[in-house]
Amino acid sequence: MTDATKNDIVLEIHDLTVSYDRKPVLWDVDLSLPQGKLIGIIGPNGAGKSTLIKSVMGLVPNSSGYVRLFDHNLDDVRAKVSYIPQRESVDWDFPASVLDVVLMGRYGKLGLFKRPRKADKEVAMDCLRKVGMEAYMERQISQLSGGQQQRVFLARALAQQADLYFMDEPFAGVDAATEKTIISILSEMTERGNTVVVVHHDLQSISEYFDWVILLNMRLVAYGPTEEVFNQELLQETYGGKLTLLSDVGNLMKRKRFPNREAKPAKRI
Amino acid sequence: MDTFLDFFSFSDPNVRYVVLGSILLTSSSSIVGCFTFLKKKALVGDAVAHAVLPGVCLSFLLTGEKNPFVLIIGAFITGWLSLFIIDAISGRSKIKEDTAIGLILSVFFGIGILILTVIQKSGAATQTGLDSFLFGKAASLVGQDLIVFGIVALLLFLSVWLLFKEFSLLSFDEAFAQTIGLPVRSIELVLTTLTVMAVVIGIQAVGVVLMAAMLITPAAAARFWTDKIKVMIALAAIFGSLSGLIGAYISYAAPSMPTGPWIVVVISTIAFISFFMAPGKGIIYRMRNQSRIKKHINDENILKTLYQLSEEEKNFYEARTVDGILSKRKFDKGNLESGLRRLKNEGFLNNDNGFWKLTLEGKEKGQRIVKLHRLWELYLTEYLKIAPDHVHDDADTIEHILTPELEARLEKLLDYPTVDPHESEIPYR
Ligand SMILES: Nc1ncnc2c1ncn2[C@@H]1O[C@H](COP(=O)(O)OP(=O)(O)OP(=O)(O)O)[C@@H](O)[C@H]1O
Ligand SMILES: [Mg+2]
Repeated sequence: MTDATKNDIVLEIHDLTVSYDRKPVLWDVDLSLPQGKLIGIIGPNGAGKSTLIKSVMGLVPNSSGYVRLFDHNLDDVRAKVSYIPQRESVDWDFPASVLDVVLMGRYGKLGLFKRPRKADKEVAMDCLRKVGMEAYMERQISQLSGGQQQRVFLARALAQQADLYFMDEPFAGVDAATEKTIISILSEMTERGNTVVVVHHDLQSISEYFDWVILLNMRLVAYGPTEEVFNQELLQETYGGKLTLLSDVGNLMKRKRFPNREAKPAKRI
Repeated sequence: MDTFLDFFSFSDPNVRYVVLGSILLTSSSSIVGCFTFLKKKALVGDAVAHAVLPGVCLSFLLTGEKNPFVLIIGAFITGWLSLFIIDAISGRSKIKEDTAIGLILSVFFGIGILILTVIQKSGAATQTGLDSFLFGKAASLVGQDLIVFGIVALLLFLSVWLLFKEFSLLSFDEAFAQTIGLPVRSIELVLTTLTVMAVVIGIQAVGVVLMAAMLITPAAAARFWTDKIKVMIALAAIFGSLSGLIGAYISYAAPSMPTGPWIVVVISTIAFISFFMAPGKGIIYRMRNQSRIKKHINDENILKTLYQLSEEEKNFYEARTVDGILSKRKFDKGNLESGLRRLKNEGFLNNDNGFWKLTLEGKEKGQRIVKLHRLWELYLTEYLKIAPDHVHDDADTIEHILTPELEARLEKLLDYPTVDPHESEIPYR
C-alpha cells in the first residue's frame, strides 16, 4: 500500500474476532474505510453490527486482531472519534436538560475536573441549532419524543467536533422528515471531509443515502462502494438465513470454555 | 416549649455535637446517595452497610480499641472489599449483580455476627460501643467523633464538587464516558470509595439496618421535586440534614427515643410527602390538576351550551334558567350550578334573580369553543378522512385544549372555512 492511500484510510480492522462469554459473534473481520464517505453497515438482527462498532470504540474486548484509527491506536485519537450508542442504551428519565446532554459532547475536550465554559455552551447551542432542537434547550430529556432524543444524541456527537463518527441506528423510531434532516446533516459532514459510519436497517434507502456499504452477518460478507457491493447476490448472502454452522461452532466454544486462539506470544503492532 | 428553646439555642455543647454530627452524617450520605440512586444501585448501599460489620468487629478484636477512627478504617476495608467482590463476581461469571449482592451481603454480615458473638462472650462489647455501630449512636456523639466525621464529610463534599461532571456522565451514559477517554475505571473506583465512606460514617448515626434507607431515600425524595441534577443533590442534602436535625431534637426532648431510627422516620416522612405533594410528579398535584381540567371543561361546556341556545334564537344575551340549559345539554346539576357561580365570579355570566345571561366576554368565549369544535370536525373529515358522523366526540374533547396558536394554524390550513361538515356555520367575530 502506498503512502498516499494509507493517509486516506481512517479505519483499519485486521482479522478481528469478537466474542461474548467466549462465543464468537463476529468472525475474522478485515476491512479498511476511506476518509470522507458516508458508510452504511447493514445486516440482519444479531449480525454483530453494534458489536463491530463497540469493539472499534473499545467497549467490548477483542478476542483477536486489531483496530487502527487514523493509523493510530484508539487511545491516541479519541478526540477525533465520536460514537452515538443505540438510543435505548441510556435512561431518558435522568434529571438532565437537552443542553446538559449536548454539553457532554464537550467533556472529552474539557478533561477532568473542569466545568463547561461559555465557549462550550456556544458550541453546544450551535449543534442544537444544526439539528433543529434549539427551542428545546431547557427541556427535560424525558419529555422528548424518540426522534427528538435521537437528534439530541446527534447534537452531542456534533459537539465533539470529531473527524470520524459511528452511529448505531440513528434512524430507529424516527419519522421520515427527521430522517431526511439527519441524513442531510450527515452528508454535509462528509462533504467537509468527515467520515460517518451508520448502522442502518432500511434497505430501500441504502443506495440513496450511502457512498459505501458494509454487509455483515457474523462475518464480513462484503464492503465497498455502494454501486459495487449493494447487489442482489451479496444481499442474498447477507440476509439469506442464519449461518447455523458458524453459530453452532460458537456455542460449542462457549460450552467447552474453548480459547478463541491458540496461545501464542503476543504480537506487537 | 422549654426543651425546644433549650435545644435550638444550641447552648448545650452536647446538643451542638449531636446536631452537627447528625447533620454531617446525613447530608454527606445523602449527596453520595444521589449517584447511587441515579445509577440504580440502591442495593449497593445495603450490601456495604452489612459488610461493614466484620471490619468493625475485627479491628476491635485486633486492636482492643474503641477509637472511632480505628473502627472506621476496619469498616472501610471490608465495606470496600465487598463491593470489589460483587463487581468481580457479576463481571466475570454468569451470576447477576443482585444475586451477587445478596450473596456477599449475607456472607459478610454472617461473619460479622460471628465475631460479634465472640466479642460479646468475652464481655467487652457493652463498654466498647460496638453495638452503637449496629444501631447508631447519634445521641452520644462527642467531640472526637465530630472531628472524624467532619474530615470525612469534607472529603466527600470536595470530591463530589470536583468530579460532579464525571459522576453525572457516568451515571447517565457510561459507554459514552468510556469512548471519550474518561478514566471510567478510576472514577468508578472513587465513587465506590465515597459510597463506602458515606455508609461507614452514616452507620454511626442510624446503624447498619437503616443505613441503606439513609443513602437512597433523600435522593428519591429530592427527585420528585426537580429535573435538575444539581438541585436534586442540594435538595437531598437539605432533606438529609433536616432529618438529622429533627431526629436529634426528638431524642433530646424524649431521651428514651433513639436518634437513628427517628432520623430514618423523618426522612421517610419527607419522601412520603414528596410522593404525594411534589409539583408535576406528586400524586396530589396530579389529582388537583385532573380536577382543574374537569372544571375547565365543565365551565367551557356551559358557555358553549348557552351560546348554542342563543345561536338558534339569534339572541345572545337572553336570560335563561338552569332547566333551560339542561334541556339543551346533559350536565350533573351540582356541577352545572357550581360552574355557573364560578363563571359569574369570573365575569363571563350575569345573574338576574336566578336567570343566567352571557356577558360580552362570555359570549366570545362560548363562540370560540363552538368555532374550535366545528373547525376540528372539519379538519378530521377533510384531512383524516373520518366520516362526519364520527367526529363529534373527538371534537368535544379537542375544543378545550387547542391553543390560540393552533387555532390560527387550523384556520389557515382549512382556509377560513364558513361551515362545518354538518353545515353548521363556523362563527368568526
Ligand atoms: N452483552 C452481550 N452478551 C452476550 N451476547 C451478546 C451481548 N450483546 C450482543 N450479544 C450477541 O451478539 C450478537 C450480535 O449482537 P449485536 O447487538 O452486535 O447485533 P446487531 O447486528 O447490532 O443486531 P440488531 O440489528 O438487533 O441491533 C447477537 O447474537 C447477540 O445476542
Ligand atoms: Mg444493534
